[in-house]
Amino acid sequence: MSNTSRSTETPARGVLDAAGKLNLAYWMRLTRTLDDAIMAMWKQGRGVGGTFSGRGHEAIAVGAGYAMGPHDVVAPMHRDLGCYLVRGMSPERIVANQLGKADGVTRGRDANLHGLGDLSLNILGFVSHLPQSMPAALGAAMAFQYRQEPRVALTFVGDGSSNTGLFHETLNLAAVQQAPFIVVVENNQYAYSTPLREQMAIDDIVIRASAHGVAGHIVDGNDVAAVYEAVSAAAARARRGYGPSLIEAKTMRMLGHAIHDGAEYVPRRLLEDWERRDPVVRWEAKLLEEGSLSGEMLQRLHAECREEVDMAIQQAERAPLPDPSDVASGVYAP
Amino acid sequence: MSEPRQLTYLEAIAEALVVEMDRDPDVLLIGNDIGGSFGGAFKVTKPAAERFGPGRVKNMPMTELAFVGAANGMALMGLRPVVEVQFADFISTAFDSIVQYAATTHYRWGASIPWVIRAPSDGGIRSGPFHSQNPEAWFVHTPGLKVVAPATPADAKGLLLASIRDDNPVIYFEAKPLYRSLRGPVAEGDEALPLGRAQIVRSGTDISIITYGSMLHEVTRAATEVAEDGISAEVVDLRTLKPLDTDAILQSVTKTGRALIVHAANRMAGVGAEIAALVADEAFGDLDAPVRRLGGMDIPIPFSPPLEDAYRVSAARIAETTREMARW
Repeated sequence: MSNTSRSTETPARGVLDAAGKLNLAYWMRLTRTLDDAIMAMWKQGRGVGGTFSGRGHEAIAVGAGYAMGPHDVVAPMHRDLGCYLVRGMSPERIVANQLGKADGVTRGRDANLHGLGDLSLNILGFVSHLPQSMPAALGAAMAFQYRQEPRVALTFVGDGSSNTGLFHETLNLAAVQQAPFIVVVENNQYAYSTPLREQMAIDDIVIRASAHGVAGHIVDGNDVAAVYEAVSAAAARARRGYGPSLIEAKTMRMLGHAIHDGAEYVPRRLLEDWERRDPVVRWEAKLLEEGSLSGEMLQRLHAECREEVDMAIQQAERAPLPDPSDVASGVYAP
Repeated sequence: MSEPRQLTYLEAIAEALVVEMDRDPDVLLIGNDIGGSFGGAFKVTKPAAERFGPGRVKNMPMTELAFVGAANGMALMGLRPVVEVQFADFISTAFDSIVQYAATTHYRWGASIPWVIRAPSDGGIRSGPFHSQNPEAWFVHTPGLKVVAPATPADAKGLLLASIRDDNPVIYFEAKPLYRSLRGPVAEGDEALPLGRAQIVRSGTDISIITYGSMLHEVTRAATEVAEDGISAEVVDLRTLKPLDTDAILQSVTKTGRALIVHAANRMAGVGAEIAALVADEAFGDLDAPVRRLGGMDIPIPFSPPLEDAYRVSAARIAETTREMARW
């Protein structure tokens, strides 16, 4: 099962059939395997600069990405490795980008997961100034409205950026325009080191949607089927012209803000609690339990993901670095 | 051949919008108060709003950061949004969407963002600190943007057409004191002028006065005045600030041996500083006098007439500085 041969289309949108369930298991395991491998490389000193882990966010990134059709646009961020993968960006291009290689997505221009945009895959790259992808995705949605195309744009933000003015400005504008726009708020409890209780005086970020006339839902962000179903419903709604949705996916950031950060400020017990709800393990256990997946199939799936990731890393490490004489190319479109 | 029509600076901009929207269905306008029967704080978008309606001339809520950010997404999808920020002063509220997102995207992942932000700028019309600014230097300092500042109705039309057709984010500074006060010949049709080319507005041999926007007209008056003293000033209208037409600047300065740069924006770290440095780097051996700059004072722009007049560069000050430089 290669990354590129997997279809991101499910036969019946919003309803997971047996193949769909296995696809989600594959994409989540691939995401986790690649994430683990990247963390290991950086700890071994084989990385360049810093990098980010999306550990704990796999169900959100994969579930939301998988719910979107191939013509829909996604604007993921640094916790959404699984969304890039499920939308067809190869692990090799992603690792090559992280290593600053010439054939990385940004040709050595942008760091780690930043800037992983590719219009041929309908993926918009993000900037550090979150939630800048929010108005960009909204603008894509407004372009679909303008051209009367049945497409949807989806983006991700964190609890941290849900406090910005831009978050509110964008929700308001999306509602006024009734745009086919979805924002998934990955509420992972911490904005860098700042816990929710120091960020906001509300328990649920979703209430910020109702303030602006945007449909809002809370989902268990560690349950990939729940994320998939909620995003599918929001997309169907948007496609029918009923406007934007906000989906608050509750989860936990299982590692630090970035590779350098040991996250000592997070109580261990909190992490232990969330570890028991690990989205990747949980989905595999569910499929085993209901018989959609045998132990042997699962072993094979893990082995395939490891092989795919190992090969991607080998190729990316062998790839050439960019030529410094090329440093100024591409600032402007010709 | 018949004489070309005379249009005001404002009419020329309004016409460019209509012409390009007729030509290209991907062009749409967004901004505050630009649509409906109102047609914009300055009425620049009124003809477009009347002709194309709310589907293509879209009013936005007061959320510049979000609607310039939305223009980023529209442009990534291949539309060519032309955004009006009601006053250039308010462009700061959209700063991240411009300098972080739009300006860096093509370099980072190769996608084009072909929008234009129209920014009514400049003062001299008693509008106070927040309706008089010339913030072009912020954007000239930002790689990935283009910055345009027309000084005449013909350039306003031709350069706006070029800005909309350009595949990069372009900030187009309109000199609002010229909106209704300046009238000039404007060609019919849809011919664009190239970005990045300065124009020699007046030929001379003793000094190059390099300028753009509303100051072109003060400079031209000053050049006429000093001509009576036998000083032959060459006037260079930059028209585009980024990319800067360095060849035209250096050619003129090499010929005249003197360079005076004049802009309405405050002088500190303004566009004039970059041009002065360019001349020092590339044409020092040809200089007969130190390079001088005239710009606004390094203070917030004051409201009261005697204060604003003290702040602002005038034709009289340009003439005086030109005479001083000619005596070297």
